[in-house]
Amino acid sequence: MDQTQSLPESQSKIKEFLSRFFKNHDLKPEEDIFALGFVNSLLAMQLVAFVEKEFGIRVEDEDLDLDNFRSIQAISNLVAKKSGAAAPVATA
Amino acid sequence: MKLELTAEQRAARAEYRAFAQAELAPNAGQWDRDEALPPELFRKLAERGWLGTIVPPEHGGPGLDMITYGLLTEEIGRGCSSTRSLLTVHDMACQGILRWGSRAQREHWLPRLVRGEVIGAFALSEPTAGSDAKGVQTTAEPDGDGYVVNGRKKWITFAQVADLFLVFLQCEGKPTAFLVERNTPGLRIEATKGLLGTRASMLGEMFFEGCRVPAENMVGRPGFGVSHVVAAALEQGRYSVACGSVGIAQAALDASLQYAREREQFGKPIFDHQLVRALLTDMIVQVRAARLMCLRAGYLRQMNDPNAFMETMAAKYLASTVAAKVATDAVQIHGGNGCTDDYPVSRYFRDAKVMEIIEGSTQIQQMTIPRFEFQEL
Repeated sequence: MDQTQSLPESQSKIKEFLSRFFKNHDLKPEEDIFALGFVNSLLAMQLVAFVEKEFGIRVEDEDLDLDNFRSIQAISNLVAKKSGAAAPVATA
Repeated sequence: MKLELTAEQRAARAEYRAFAQAELAPNAGQWDRDEALPPELFRKLAERGWLGTIVPPEHGGPGLDMITYGLLTEEIGRGCSSTRSLLTVHDMACQGILRWGSRAQREHWLPRLVRGEVIGAFALSEPTAGSDAKGVQTTAEPDGDGYVVNGRKKWITFAQVADLFLVFLQCEGKPTAFLVERNTPGLRIEATKGLLGTRASMLGEMFFEGCRVPAENMVGRPGFGVSHVVAAALEQGRYSVACGSVGIAQAALDASLQYAREREQFGKPIFDHQLVRALLTDMIVQVRAARLMCLRAGYLRQMNDPNAFMETMAAKYLASTVAAKVATDAVQIHGGNGCTDDYPVSRYFRDAKVMEIIEGSTQIQQMTIPRFEFQEL
């Protein structure tokens, strides 16, 4: 079942972006993308560019922590923190 | 869609072109033979504000839009590839600091880089690590409130004169970037001579022998040196080299058109020989295609589009291979004259070959571009 509908908007956008790297895999919000493999230098830079452009934030040097990019939820938390909003949580 | 430059961009290009034709092109051959750029050229570039043009006004730079930046590197590259190399590596250092430097690093270094008081360079390659950036063996070990660096860097453009190096190494086993100043005790730099092309780029080899670097000189975080800092600086360098390659190709084409009209064989200009005309046609359309790719990459970079990374790589791949092909054909059209340094095409030929090796070789791009395209399926 497609769970995209039940995700907060920011997480849907992150999931959509990541889906190009994780084809044929329904990525869950908490799923560790590094554990899945396929994470490479292409993703690293594009992910930064994506979150900055999509959410209008600037990823700073102090944000360079793998835990900030580990999952849809983690990226969403980083975006929320950087934009001064509360982190959205997926509804079941 | 609008495929034309703005009035401001056209005016900027005219200014760059006039400078390159007056100051660079007439001297580039001599600088190539000297294997050095003259000190006054650094001053002239700084006075015009052409060092660190990507740096935004908040840090003292003009913050050129990416299209205009591309025009600058193309026109400078058309006049002298070694001068374009200076802009490339200086701006790569700026980009690494701008993108991933701390606030203190940005505030300290960027205005100085823009004013040309400090010349920046990019120190990644080693005797045994080129394309495999994560394979660098230079190390930084914690020591009190700083780090001690040991190792060796090779093929470092403008190392003979640069004041500040963005250096990539293994910090406790993790790829990491550091800023290292030239006058740091324990850093020795030797000139590299006898290069094939971009011979006036003042390359050097760097020897770090117990070189102590303050902890605050780290750029980004341990582990992110290659994936983020190198990636950001190299993307900037790739765009610069792509546009500079178009400049070489355009210069080779210009020289060939002129030569073909003047040189007569079998009672008529070689321009009127069909096979020469065919060579010129391919040169013309290849230069235009490469320039369009660069403009598109510049546009996406300006938009901060995530696809800019791919588009820049594709533009660099095309432009560098086009430069090599066009410069080869330019030598062919010039015949024996093209094999001497009486004509600039022999320099274009040597410089163009280097473009296929630096900032990601042709073969590295060929390994990467299809992976990007697969994402789009």
